[in-house]
Amino acid sequence: MKMKVICSICALLVILIISCQSSDSLEFNRYYAEGSVVYQTHCQNCHGQHGEGLNGLIPPLTDSVFLRKNSDQLPCAVMFGLKGKITIGKRLFEGQMPPASGLANIEIAQALTYITNSFGNKMGIFNVEMVNGDLVKCR
Amino acid sequence: MKKPAYLFLGFICLCACKFNSSNKTLPIYGNRTAVTKMVNGQVVNDTTYATIPPFKFVDQYGDSTGSQNLAGKIYVADFFFTSCPSICPIMQRNMLAVYKAYKDTPDVKIVSFTIDPKYDTPPVLKNYAEKLGVTGNSWLFLQGNRDTVYRIAEKNFLVAVSKDSTAAGGYVHQGWFVLVDKQKRVRGSYDGTDPKQVAQLIDDIKTLKAEPAAAGK
Repeated sequence: MKMKVICSICALLVILIISCQSSDSLEFNRYYAEGSVVYQTHCQNCHGQHGEGLNGLIPPLTDSVFLRKNSDQLPCAVMFGLKGKITIGKRLFEGQMPPASGLANIEIAQALTYITNSFGNKMGIFNVEMVNGDLVKCR
Repeated sequence: MKKPAYLFLGFICLCACKFNSSNKTLPIYGNRTAVTKMVNGQVVNDTTYATIPPFKFVDQYGDSTGSQNLAGKIYVADFFFTSCPSICPIMQRNMLAVYKAYKDTPDVKIVSFTIDPKYDTPPVLKNYAEKLGVTGNSWLFLQGNRDTVYRIAEKNFLVAVSKDSTAAGGYVHQGWFVLVDKQKRVRGSYDGTDPKQVAQLIDDIKTLKAEPAAAGK
Protein backbone atom coordinates (compact mmCIF):
# COMPACT_ATOMS: atom_id res chain seq x y z
CA MET A 1 0.00 0.00 0.00
CA LYS A 2 2.71 2.41 1.12
CA MET A 3 4.78 1.48 -1.88
CA LYS A 4 1.90 2.33 -4.20
CA VAL A 5 1.42 5.80 -2.67
CA ILE A 6 5.12 6.60 -2.94
CA CYS A 7 5.20 5.38 -6.50
CA SER A 8 2.21 7.43 -7.54
CA ILE A 9 3.61 10.54 -5.82
CA CYS A 10 6.88 10.02 -7.66
CA ALA A 11 5.06 9.58 -10.94
CA LEU A 12 3.08 12.73 -10.31
CA LEU A 13 6.25 14.65 -9.54
CA VAL A 14 7.90 13.42 -12.74
CA ILE A 15 4.85 14.43 -14.79
CA LEU A 16 4.80 17.82 -13.11
CA ILE A 17 8.49 18.45 -13.84
CA ILE A 18 8.14 17.35 -17.45
CA SER A 19 5.11 19.53 -18.01
CA CYS A 20 6.85 22.53 -16.42
CA GLN A 21 9.82 22.06 -18.69
CA SER A 22 7.68 21.76 -21.75
CA SER A 23 5.75 24.92 -20.90
CA ASP A 24 9.09 26.69 -20.46
CA SER A 25 10.37 25.44 -23.77
CA LEU A 26 7.01 26.25 -25.29
CA GLU A 27 7.42 29.86 -24.19
CA PHE A 28 10.99 29.88 -25.49
CA ASN A 29 9.88 28.51 -28.83
CA ARG A 30 7.18 31.11 -29.08
CA TYR A 31 9.63 33.96 -28.34
CA TYR A 32 12.20 32.52 -30.72
CA ALA A 33 9.78 32.07 -33.61
CA GLU A 34 8.25 35.54 -33.23
CA GLY A 35 11.75 36.94 -32.76
CA SER A 36 12.95 35.60 -36.08
CA VAL A 37 10.23 37.64 -37.81
CA VAL A 38 11.10 40.81 -35.86
CA TYR A 39 14.76 40.21 -36.71
CA GLN A 40 14.00 39.85 -40.40
CA THR A 41 12.09 43.11 -40.58
CA HIS A 42 14.17 45.29 -38.26
CA CYS A 43 17.70 43.89 -37.97
CA GLN A 44 18.58 41.65 -40.89
CA ASN A 45 19.13 44.44 -43.42
CA CYS A 46 22.26 45.52 -41.61
CA HIS A 47 23.29 42.56 -39.48
CA GLY A 48 22.66 39.99 -42.17
CA GLN A 49 20.77 36.75 -42.45
CA HIS A 50 23.34 34.88 -40.41
CA GLY A 51 24.20 37.72 -38.04
CA GLU A 52 27.45 38.20 -39.91
CA GLY A 53 27.32 42.01 -40.02
CA LEU A 54 29.04 43.81 -42.88
CA ASN A 55 32.83 43.63 -42.78
CA GLY A 56 34.21 46.58 -40.80
CA LEU A 57 31.06 48.65 -41.11
CA ILE A 58 28.43 46.76 -39.16
CA PRO A 59 29.36 44.47 -36.26
CA PRO A 60 28.35 40.81 -36.33
CA LEU A 61 26.03 39.32 -33.71
CA THR A 62 28.18 36.26 -33.26
CA ASP A 63 30.32 37.40 -30.32
CA SER A 64 28.73 35.32 -27.56
CA VAL A 65 31.09 36.66 -24.91
CA PHE A 66 30.13 40.26 -25.68
CA LEU A 67 26.41 39.45 -25.73
CA ARG A 68 26.58 37.62 -22.40
CA LYS A 69 28.66 40.33 -20.75
CA ASN A 70 26.43 43.15 -21.97
CA SER A 71 23.12 41.36 -21.92
CA ASP A 72 21.47 43.96 -19.67
CA GLN A 73 22.46 46.69 -22.16
CA LEU A 74 20.99 44.95 -25.19
CA PRO A 75 17.38 46.19 -24.81
CA CYS A 76 18.62 49.80 -24.52
CA ALA A 77 20.77 49.37 -27.65
CA VAL A 78 17.82 48.11 -29.64
CA MET A 79 15.40 50.73 -28.31
CA PHE A 80 17.65 53.82 -28.46
CA GLY A 81 20.42 52.83 -30.87
CA LEU A 82 24.16 52.95 -30.32
CA LYS A 83 26.80 55.56 -31.03
CA GLY A 84 30.58 55.66 -30.75
CA LYS A 85 33.28 53.02 -30.48
CA ILE A 86 32.56 49.42 -29.69
CA THR A 87 34.83 46.37 -29.70
CA ILE A 88 33.23 43.17 -30.89
CA GLY A 89 35.09 39.98 -31.70
CA LYS A 90 38.44 41.76 -31.20
CA ARG A 91 37.52 44.32 -33.86
CA LEU A 92 36.82 47.99 -33.28
CA PHE A 93 33.65 49.38 -34.80
CA GLU A 94 32.80 53.04 -34.96
CA GLY A 95 29.57 54.44 -36.18
CA GLN A 96 25.97 54.61 -35.39
CA MET A 97 23.19 52.13 -34.98
CA PRO A 98 19.80 53.71 -35.52
CA PRO A 99 17.12 53.09 -32.88
CA ALA A 100 14.56 50.46 -33.81
CA SER A 101 11.82 52.92 -33.11
CA GLY A 102 8.29 51.72 -32.78
CA LEU A 103 9.13 48.31 -31.34
CA ALA A 104 7.13 47.17 -28.33
CA ASN A 105 9.00 45.76 -25.34
CA ILE A 106 7.70 42.31 -26.12
CA GLU A 107 9.06 42.55 -29.68
CA ILE A 108 12.48 43.59 -28.33
CA ALA A 109 12.38 40.58 -26.02
CA GLN A 110 11.48 38.27 -28.91
CA ALA A 111 14.20 39.68 -31.18
CA LEU A 112 16.80 39.38 -28.42
CA THR A 113 15.71 35.80 -27.68
CA TYR A 114 16.23 35.04 -31.35
CA ILE A 115 19.62 36.79 -31.57
CA THR A 116 21.04 35.39 -28.34
CA ASN A 117 20.07 31.86 -29.38
CA SER A 118 21.12 31.98 -33.03
CA PHE A 119 24.39 32.49 -34.91
CA GLY A 120 26.21 30.22 -32.44
CA ASN A 121 24.83 31.95 -29.33
CA LYS A 122 22.95 30.04 -26.64
CA MET A 123 21.71 32.20 -23.81
CA GLY A 124 18.17 30.97 -23.27
CA ILE A 125 15.05 33.07 -23.14
CA PHE A 126 15.17 36.89 -22.96
CA ASN A 127 11.69 37.53 -21.65
CA VAL A 128 9.68 40.74 -21.56
CA GLU A 129 10.14 41.14 -17.77
CA MET A 130 13.91 41.26 -18.29
CA VAL A 131 13.49 43.84 -21.06
CA ASN A 132 11.18 45.98 -18.90
CA GLY A 133 13.72 45.89 -16.06
CA ASP A 134 16.69 46.75 -18.27
CA LEU A 135 14.94 49.57 -20.12
CA VAL A 136 14.35 51.48 -16.88
CA LYS A 137 18.12 51.63 -16.35
CA CYS A 138 19.08 52.91 -19.82
CA ARG A 139 21.72 55.59 -19.78
CA MET B 1 22.69 0.28 -84.15
CA LYS B 2 19.97 2.84 -83.76
CA LYS B 3 20.85 3.93 -80.25
CA PRO B 4 24.04 5.81 -81.13
CA ALA B 5 22.11 7.71 -83.76
CA TYR B 6 19.60 8.94 -81.16
CA LEU B 7 22.39 9.88 -78.82
CA PHE B 8 24.03 11.80 -81.60
CA LEU B 9 20.79 13.63 -82.33
CA GLY B 10 20.40 14.46 -78.65
CA PHE B 11 23.94 15.76 -78.55
CA ILE B 12 23.27 18.04 -81.50
CA CYS B 13 20.14 19.40 -79.82
CA LEU B 14 22.12 20.14 -76.67
CA CYS B 15 24.77 21.91 -78.70
CA ALA B 16 22.08 24.01 -80.32
CA CYS B 17 20.71 25.03 -76.93
CA LYS B 18 24.12 25.98 -75.65
CA PHE B 19 24.86 27.90 -78.78
CA ASN B 20 21.66 29.90 -78.35
CA SER B 21 22.30 30.79 -74.73
CA SER B 22 25.80 32.05 -75.42
CA ASN B 23 24.33 34.20 -78.15
CA LYS B 24 22.06 36.01 -75.71
CA THR B 25 22.09 39.78 -76.00
CA LEU B 26 20.98 42.30 -73.42
CA PRO B 27 18.37 44.93 -74.23
CA ILE B 28 19.35 48.55 -74.71
CA TYR B 29 17.37 50.90 -72.49
CA GLY B 30 16.37 54.51 -72.93
CA ASN B 31 14.96 56.54 -75.79
CA ARG B 32 16.36 56.01 -79.22
CA THR B 33 16.21 58.29 -82.22
CA ALA B 34 16.64 57.64 -85.89
CA VAL B 35 19.25 59.76 -87.59
CA THR B 36 19.72 60.16 -91.28
CA LYS B 37 23.25 60.96 -92.25
CA MET B 38 25.54 60.91 -95.25
CA VAL B 39 28.15 58.21 -95.33
CA ASN B 40 30.44 58.17 -98.38
CA GLY B 41 27.93 60.16 -100.36
CA GLN B 42 25.04 57.80 -99.53
CA VAL B 43 22.06 58.49 -97.31
CA VAL B 44 22.08 56.07 -94.36
CA ASN B 45 19.52 55.64 -91.61
CA ASP B 46 21.04 54.95 -88.23
CA THR B 47 19.79 54.65 -84.68
CA THR B 48 21.34 56.55 -81.82
CA TYR B 49 20.74 55.23 -78.34
CA ALA B 50 20.45 57.13 -75.10
CA THR B 51 23.84 57.33 -73.39
CA ILE B 52 25.08 58.47 -69.99
CA PRO B 53 26.24 62.09 -70.46
CA PRO B 54 29.75 63.14 -69.41
CA PHE B 55 30.24 63.81 -65.69
CA LYS B 56 33.20 64.67 -63.53
CA PHE B 57 33.21 64.02 -59.78
CA VAL B 58 35.68 63.30 -57.00
CA ASP B 59 36.43 59.73 -55.88
CA GLN B 60 37.28 58.33 -52.45
CA TYR B 61 40.98 59.05 -53.01
CA GLY B 62 40.29 62.73 -53.66
CA ASP B 63 41.08 62.34 -57.35
CA SER B 64 38.93 63.77 -60.06
CA THR B 65 37.10 60.86 -61.68
CA GLY B 66 34.38 60.84 -64.23
CA SER B 67 33.07 59.53 -67.47
CA GLN B 68 36.51 59.89 -69.10
CA ASN B 69 37.87 57.24 -66.69
CA LEU B 70 34.95 54.97 -67.52
CA ALA B 71 35.20 55.33 -71.29
CA GLY B 72 35.42 51.92 -72.94
CA LYS B 73 34.58 50.15 -69.67
CA ILE B 74 31.58 48.19 -68.46
CA TYR B 75 30.36 49.50 -65.15
CA VAL B 76 27.68 48.99 -62.54
CA ALA B 77 26.28 52.14 -60.92
CA ASP B 78 24.31 52.56 -57.72
CA PHE B 79 23.20 55.43 -55.52
CA PHE B 80 23.71 55.36 -51.76
CA PHE B 81 24.92 57.37 -48.78
CA THR B 82 27.26 56.23 -46.03
CA SER B 83 24.96 57.02 -43.12
CA CYS B 84 22.06 55.19 -44.73
CA PRO B 85 20.20 52.97 -42.29
CA SER B 86 17.70 51.36 -44.64
CA ILE B 87 18.51 49.45 -47.81
CA CYS B 88 22.15 50.49 -48.34
CA PRO B 89 23.79 47.85 -46.14
CA ILE B 90 22.05 45.03 -47.98
CA MET B 91 22.78 46.71 -51.34
CA GLN B 92 26.47 47.05 -50.53
CA ARG B 93 26.58 43.48 -49.22
CA ASN B 94 25.25 42.31 -52.58
CA MET B 95 27.51 44.69 -54.50
CA LEU B 96 30.47 43.10 -52.69
CA ALA B 97 29.62 39.92 -54.61
CA VAL B 98 29.96 41.84 -57.87
CA TYR B 99 33.20 43.40 -56.60
CA LYS B 100 34.64 40.00 -55.70
CA ALA B 101 33.72 38.59 -59.09
CA TYR B 102 35.31 41.39 -61.14
CA LYS B 103 37.88 43.21 -59.01
CA ASP B 104 40.74 41.83 -61.11
CA THR B 105 39.05 42.58 -64.42
CA PRO B 106 40.33 45.97 -65.57
CA ASP B 107 37.46 46.73 -67.95
CA VAL B 108 34.71 46.19 -65.35
CA LYS B 109 34.12 48.84 -62.68
CA ILE B 110 31.64 49.65 -59.95
CA VAL B 111 30.60 53.24 -59.33
CA SER B 112 28.67 54.25 -56.21
CA PHE B 113 27.37 57.80 -56.27
CA THR B 114 26.62 59.37 -52.91
CA ILE B 115 23.33 61.23 -52.72
CA ASP B 116 24.46 63.01 -49.53
CA PRO B 117 27.54 64.88 -50.82
CA LYS B 118 27.41 67.33 -47.93
CA TYR B 119 28.35 64.63 -45.43
CA ASP B 120 30.03 62.08 -47.70
CA THR B 121 33.31 63.83 -48.46
CA PRO B 122 36.22 61.86 -49.99
CA PRO B 123 37.74 61.04 -46.55
CA VAL B 124 34.36 59.75 -45.32
CA LEU B 125 33.97 57.71 -48.51
CA LYS B 126 37.52 56.34 -48.22
CA ASN B 127 36.91 55.30 -44.64
CA TYR B 128 33.66 53.65 -45.69
CA ALA B 129 35.33 51.81 -48.59
CA GLU B 130 38.12 50.54 -46.35
CA LYS B 131 35.70 49.28 -43.75
CA LEU B 132 33.74 47.56 -46.48
CA GLY B 133 36.98 45.87 -47.51
CA VAL B 134 37.31 47.67 -50.83
CA THR B 135 40.77 48.62 -52.09
CA GLY B 136 42.13 49.77 -55.43
CA ASN B 137 40.31 51.45 -58.26
CA SER B 138 37.79 48.86 -59.36
CA TRP B 139 35.06 50.20 -57.04
CA LEU B 140 34.79 53.98 -57.02
CA PHE B 141 32.78 56.01 -54.55
CA LEU B 142 31.98 59.39 -56.05
CA GLN B 143 31.05 62.70 -54.49
CA GLY B 144 29.60 65.21 -56.90
CA ASN B 145 27.42 68.24 -57.06
CA ARG B 146 24.10 67.30 -55.50
CA ASP B 147 21.87 68.60 -58.27
CA THR B 148 24.02 67.03 -60.99
CA VAL B 149 24.02 63.63 -59.26
CA TYR B 150 20.25 63.74 -58.76
CA ARG B 151 19.70 64.78 -62.36
CA ILE B 152 21.79 62.02 -63.92
CA ALA B 153 20.32 59.51 -61.46
CA GLU B 154 16.80 60.20 -62.58
CA LYS B 155 17.24 61.17 -66.21
CA ASN B 156 20.03 58.85 -67.29
CA PHE B 157 20.38 55.99 -64.83
CA LEU B 158 16.61 55.95 -64.30
CA VAL B 159 16.89 55.66 -60.50
CA ALA B 160 14.63 57.83 -58.34
CA VAL B 161 16.38 59.69 -55.51
CA SER B 162 15.23 62.57 -53.36
CA LYS B 163 15.77 64.31 -50.08
CA ASP B 164 13.02 63.57 -47.57
CA SER B 165 13.35 64.53 -43.95
CA THR B 166 10.62 62.09 -42.96
CA ALA B 167 12.46 59.06 -44.37
CA ALA B 168 14.95 57.10 -42.28
CA GLY B 169 18.33 58.75 -42.79
CA GLY B 170 16.83 61.77 -44.53
CA TYR B 171 16.84 60.50 -48.12
CA VAL B 172 14.73 58.16 -50.19
CA HIS B 173 16.25 56.29 -53.06
CA GLN B 174 15.76 53.13 -55.07
CA GLY B 175 18.15 50.26 -54.80
CA TRP B 176 18.77 49.63 -58.49
CA PHE B 177 22.11 48.42 -59.77
CA VAL B 178 22.42 49.86 -63.27
CA LEU B 179 24.56 48.09 -65.84
CA VAL B 180 26.25 50.36 -68.39
CA ASP B 181 28.10 49.05 -71.43
CA LYS B 182 31.31 50.23 -73.10
CA GLN B 183 29.29 52.59 -75.31
CA LYS B 184 27.75 54.27 -72.22
CA ARG B 185 24.32 52.74 -72.84
CA VAL B 186 22.15 51.36 -70.03
CA ARG B 187 21.84 47.61 -70.58
CA GLY B 188 20.19 46.41 -67.40
CA SER B 189 18.68 47.34 -64.06
CA TYR B 190 18.73 44.95 -61.11
CA ASP B 191 17.20 45.10 -57.66
CA GLY B 192 20.27 45.54 -55.46
CA THR B 193 18.47 44.15 -52.45
CA ASP B 194 17.77 40.80 -54.12
CA PRO B 195 20.74 38.38 -54.23
CA LYS B 196 19.12 36.45 -57.11
CA GLN B 197 18.98 39.52 -59.35
CA VAL B 198 22.52 40.42 -58.39
CA ALA B 199 23.65 36.93 -59.44
CA GLN B 200 21.90 37.60 -62.76
CA LEU B 201 23.82 40.87 -63.01
CA ILE B 202 27.13 39.08 -62.48
CA ASP B 203 26.12 36.70 -65.26
CA ASP B 204 24.98 39.48 -67.59
CA ILE B 205 28.34 41.25 -67.26
CA LYS B 206 29.88 38.13 -68.79
CA THR B 207 27.43 38.37 -71.69
CA LEU B 208 28.27 42.02 -72.14
CA LYS B 209 32.00 41.31 -72.06
CA ALA B 210 31.57 38.76 -74.83
CA GLU B 211 29.66 41.23 -76.99
CA PRO B 212 31.63 42.39 -80.03
CA ALA B 213 32.56 46.05 -79.82
CA ALA B 214 30.47 47.02 -82.85
CA ALA B 215 27.29 45.23 -81.75
CA GLY B 216 24.13 47.26 -81.81
CA LYS B 217 25.67 50.11 -83.75
